[in-house]
Amino acid sequence: MIEVKNVTKLYAGKAVVDGLSFSIGKGETLVILGTSGSGKTTMLKMINRLIEPSSGQILINGVDNSNVKLEELRRQIGYVIQSIGLFPHYTIEQNIGLIPTLLGWEKDKIQKRVLELIKLLGLDPEMMPRKPENLSGGQQQRVGIARALAADPPIVLLDEPFGALDPITRHQIQLEFKNLEAILNTTMVLVTHDVVEAITLGDRICLMDEGRIQQIGTAKELIFRPANDFVKHFFNANSLQLALSVLSKKDITPYLPEVASGISSDDNTMVLSLMEEHEDMSEHILHAFYQASRNMKK
Amino acid sequence: MQAIRDFIGFIGENSAELLEQTLEHLWLTLIALMIATAIGLSLGILITRVRGLSSSVIGFVNAVQTIPSIALLGFMIPLLGIGEVPAIVALFLYALLPIVRNTFAGIEEVEPGIKEAARGMGLSNRQLLLKVELPLALPVIFAGIRTAFVINVGVATLCALIAAGGLGEFIFRGLTTNNTYMILAGAIPAALMALVFDFILGKIQQHILSLIKPLAVGLGVIIVGFSSFYLFQNNQKPAFTGGFPSEFIYRGDGYQGLKAHYDLQLETVELEIGLMYQALKNEKVDVISGFSTDGRIETFNLRVLEDDKQYFPPYHATALVSGQTLEKYPELREVFARLGDRISDKKMAQLNNRVDKDKLSPKKAAEEFLANEGFKTDAVKEGEADIIIGSKNFTENYILAQMFKILIENYTSLTVETKLGFGGTKLVFDALDNGEIDLYPEYTGTGLLVLLNASEEERKSIQYDKLSVLNYVKKEIRDRHGMEWMPPLGFNNTFALMMREEQAEELNIKTISDLSEYLKNQ
Repeated sequence: MIEVKNVTKLYAGKAVVDGLSFSIGKGETLVILGTSGSGKTTMLKMINRLIEPSSGQILINGVDNSNVKLEELRRQIGYVIQSIGLFPHYTIEQNIGLIPTLLGWEKDKIQKRVLELIKLLGLDPEMMPRKPENLSGGQQQRVGIARALAADPPIVLLDEPFGALDPITRHQIQLEFKNLEAILNTTMVLVTHDVVEAITLGDRICLMDEGRIQQIGTAKELIFRPANDFVKHFFNANSLQLALSVLSKKDITPYLPEVASGISSDDNTMVLSLMEEHEDMSEHILHAFYQASRNMKK
Repeated sequence: MQAIRDFIGFIGENSAELLEQTLEHLWLTLIALMIATAIGLSLGILITRVRGLSSSVIGFVNAVQTIPSIALLGFMIPLLGIGEVPAIVALFLYALLPIVRNTFAGIEEVEPGIKEAARGMGLSNRQLLLKVELPLALPVIFAGIRTAFVINVGVATLCALIAAGGLGEFIFRGLTTNNTYMILAGAIPAALMALVFDFILGKIQQHILSLIKPLAVGLGVIIVGFSSFYLFQNNQKPAFTGGFPSEFIYRGDGYQGLKAHYDLQLETVELEIGLMYQALKNEKVDVISGFSTDGRIETFNLRVLEDDKQYFPPYHATALVSGQTLEKYPELREVFARLGDRISDKKMAQLNNRVDKDKLSPKKAAEEFLANEGFKTDAVKEGEADIIIGSKNFTENYILAQMFKILIENYTSLTVETKLGFGGTKLVFDALDNGEIDLYPEYTGTGLLVLLNASEEERKSIQYDKLSVLNYVKKEIRDRHGMEWMPPLGFNNTFALMMREEQAEELNIKTISDLSEYLKNQ
């Protein structure tokens, strides 16, 4: 779907993005993770050409994105940013319906689509005629996401989308977002510096530092088989919590003793939930988890 | 109470003219504002797109704002002549700064996140501007337009000085003819106009987003209406025009009397004294009322028309001194006695030319002249002033004031301060009457007709010669105001009509009667 080929971006002679290559499959969610200054946002913005690369190519469905007319390119790529950027002089309905309007959809169709998205994102249809200033931060970000999805774009780019929200709202929206049906088949690139967010939302994680990819792979791969010291240190700080949030029943089953083999939960249940569901077995589960973590690092 | 009744009476008598001036004023202001809005908005948008230009464009409009309005109007005359066009251009230039600056700032201040989201979603530059930046910057832009309007209402009063009309006509005429009601009749509507429009525009600003469409349509209609009115107006330009300062047009010894005396059939426009000669030289007008000792008569090669039916009274210059000051410093009498009859018409004209043509400062010119005449000029006085000298705002008055200062400081122990350039006879005379200044250079003819406001009968009872007029004003000013006329300096700087030498030669006009004949035969 998206293919990044040897892309470099120089600012004043210094490479902010340094010869990056990777590809993202259709329907996949790739999280670009890194500290500030790692080049992750620059990389993201080169996909919809808010920033033009100094060299290299970005192919979308096999077509070089620099050959597509700028407005056309951007209208098929949803874009969500941390500051949301809702138009304060537009109503919620106008904000969400903006791209369909620019694309020349019919009024009825736009109205229907807006209502559909409002419901999908758990918003109240009564807020449609209101202005963004009357909404809470969480509601505004939901509208921001709805706006990005309005024309059903095949690709959505998200730049620290939940960064400005308080931790509880953030966590809730993250979970809602992960399970959003409307984006099941959407290819997504999400930039964040939040490790937990990366693990929660990403099919794969691309960890960047100083303009280069340090490691690209699933959360498990990055946590348990770090490619270098940087990756190791990056996840080390709270590795136990991270391990808990990436390992599921399937991963620890081989290490469970006979007595616990009868646990009836689903294979994909996370270790923490597993312990809650089977309090009597928690000691065995914890033991198996410890074994599994140790062996995964080998 | 009586004063208020008088004022209301004055307004009633002059209501037609007042209405006309108010409309003229509003028209000048609005048309300039519209042009400034169109161009200022475009410039403001341009410099948000082409960043390299922003500092030079903002620098330019800032610089324009610092030019004193009367100087800007002066620059306009050689380029655009007199009347409404240069006035509108000047107003336009003044309105530019707030509009350009606020457009630029308004667009710049749109939250970067909103612009990024808009671009990221695929809005073209045009859509970004029209759908996002301009609507969001509108309240700030509108505030700029509002500021520009208030500035323009103020500056437009000055447009009366270059014959563009407006409420300034009443204000300046009132200032020069010692008529407070007239000043107020111009100043109050101008102030009200600024306040009322500021209020209305403020209300519009609060609801700017919903009002912008009807407003744009309304403005469009007004522009079309005004432009056709303007084109219609411009078609009726007379072939031969007189340009006179408002003081001359409305004072008793000025144009009204002259017109009757010689039966002149002349189209006239009001012009500021300092700009009048330039307007004549640049063929914007064909005859002006100058002063017979003006240095520019020679410089600009002008012909002074002879007052063959003796209309103008003599105007012998000297110091008009407050009685109290003379009592305190009687030595002043001696100083002015030294200067009595020492300056001829020719010498004064040359002296004026040293300033107007040779660009000497009035102070230097006065020093040079007094030194040549054998006076002491080198005293340096410091410390608190004993005497304050005022002057009106034209060259000769400046030079005389400086001359008085030098003489008093050299021939007495007194220290002198100057407060020069009062914008009219009324202002400087009031200052003397209130004790804000101690003396200023004045002319006997002006004393007769403006300060004493001599009636038709009184004037007829006096012979128009040097001594009769001097004796009359000496006695009357002492009786009525407790002021003293010093001995005349010698020259007679009377009002005189003047034309360009070539044109006067071509039309064979030597006297005012010739001019009257020529105009009748046209």
